[in-house]
Amino acid sequence: MNIIDSMLCKGCDICISVCPKDVYAKSKEVNSKDVYVPYPANQEACVKCGLCEISCPDQALYVDREVE
Amino acid sequence: MAVKENPYKKYLREDRLPHIFCPGCGNGIVMNAFFKGLEGSDVDFDNVSMVSGIGCSSRIPGYVKCDSLHTTHGRALSFATGLKVGNPNQDVVVFTGDGDAASIGGNHLIHAARRNIDLTVICINNNIYGMTGGQISPTSPKGSFGTTAPYGSRDVPFDLASLVTAAGASYVARWTTAHPMQLAKAITKGLENKGFSFIEAVSQCPTYYGRKNKLKTPVLGMDYLKANSVTKRRSEKMSEEELIGKIIVGEFANRPHKELCDNEEDLVNENYDGGLAIKSAFWEEF
Ligand SMILES: Cc1ncc(C[n+]2csc(CCOP(=O)(O)OP(=O)(O)O)c2C)c(N)n1
Ligand code: SF4
Ligand code: SF4
Ligand code: SF4
Repeated sequence: MNIIDSMLCKGCDICISVCPKDVYAKSKEVNSKDVYVPYPANQEACVKCGLCEISCPDQALYVDREVE
Repeated sequence: MAVKENPYKKYLREDRLPHIFCPGCGNGIVMNAFFKGLEGSDVDFDNVSMVSGIGCSSRIPGYVKCDSLHTTHGRALSFATGLKVGNPNQDVVVFTGDGDAASIGGNHLIHAARRNIDLTVICINNNIYGMTGGQISPTSPKGSFGTTAPYGSRDVPFDLASLVTAAGASYVARWTTAHPMQLAKAITKGLENKGFSFIEAVSQCPTYYGRKNKLKTPVLGMDYLKANSVTKRRSEKMSEEELIGKIIVGEFANRPHKELCDNEEDLVNENYDGGLAIKSAFWEEF
């Protein structure tokens, strides 16, 4: 499962926008820092291209490359 | 099992995170692209020293786990030149902004390029002064708004990649934060080039440039960069008129030639047989 560190994420939505497979969606509620942290709503579609990881300005995003 | 964290986080001083950049600021993306570019190159991270001037973009080296110099506004290249000449074996990387590099530091930029000193300069061009609250910079597009241009900028902006190419740099490229993989590749080439390498990363500043120019969110800013980018090759077939408002991306120069420190070493070898090269106006014995 791809992980977003909610202590680092600033809720910029860049990951939602750059993912070619629409893996991420915005959460409905804010976290303790008032941020709508995205979550991998569509994890199965992930092709592990790494675009979201390099595009996350806050180094909050981890792409799980382990084969389940 | 590997740590489940962002692959670029290991290069950063964790105790200083989250960094101060606004949500969605392009600085963090360029930082990631730099780490990816470094991983793809033959340069050893332990051998890297980073230098910057003043600006939001210039705060990057302070977050990286390497030796760094946060210097004065516009003078990053002067400090970096001293560092490189003092120990030519280190890999010196400069992070600078469009204001830092092209207004107050403009002369240092063209002359460092002319002398082809072996530095890798990553210029984050967000078309505005971010740190001081949104003043127009030398790269602000004609018609764009800033606190110092309430009616829109009327000047023709600098095309930084072309300027530095004309000044003599041996490697020059431009990409945007919407092209992080290509940007990383250009940084790899810049790091491996022995000479002055200039990589312009056009970036979004949602807080000031964005707010003043109808690109309020980071996503709007990046979509704009992507939609208005034209590759160098395609641009050659377009008219000047068609290119207004476009961002030309790709490689502008890749022409290795003698680097400054090597040039100096040759001078010593040619004239002093590799010995002490001091000529003094005061002491005869020299
Ligand atoms: C000698 C001097 N003049 C002016 C300033 C004020 N100043 C600080 S940052 C800055 C501009 C920064 O713009 P840029 O280099 O584009 O970086 P950004 O913040 O946009 O990343 C200015 C004018 C200063 N710190 N020192
Ligand atoms: S790795 Fe690629 S496909 Fe997977 S979530 Fe990230 S951007 Fe989307
Ligand atoms: S790109 Fe990073 S900081 Fe921005 S919303 Fe996604 S995880 Fe959060
Ligand atoms: S003011 Fe602009 S350049 Fe500075 S951190 Fe904020 S978004 Fe980035």
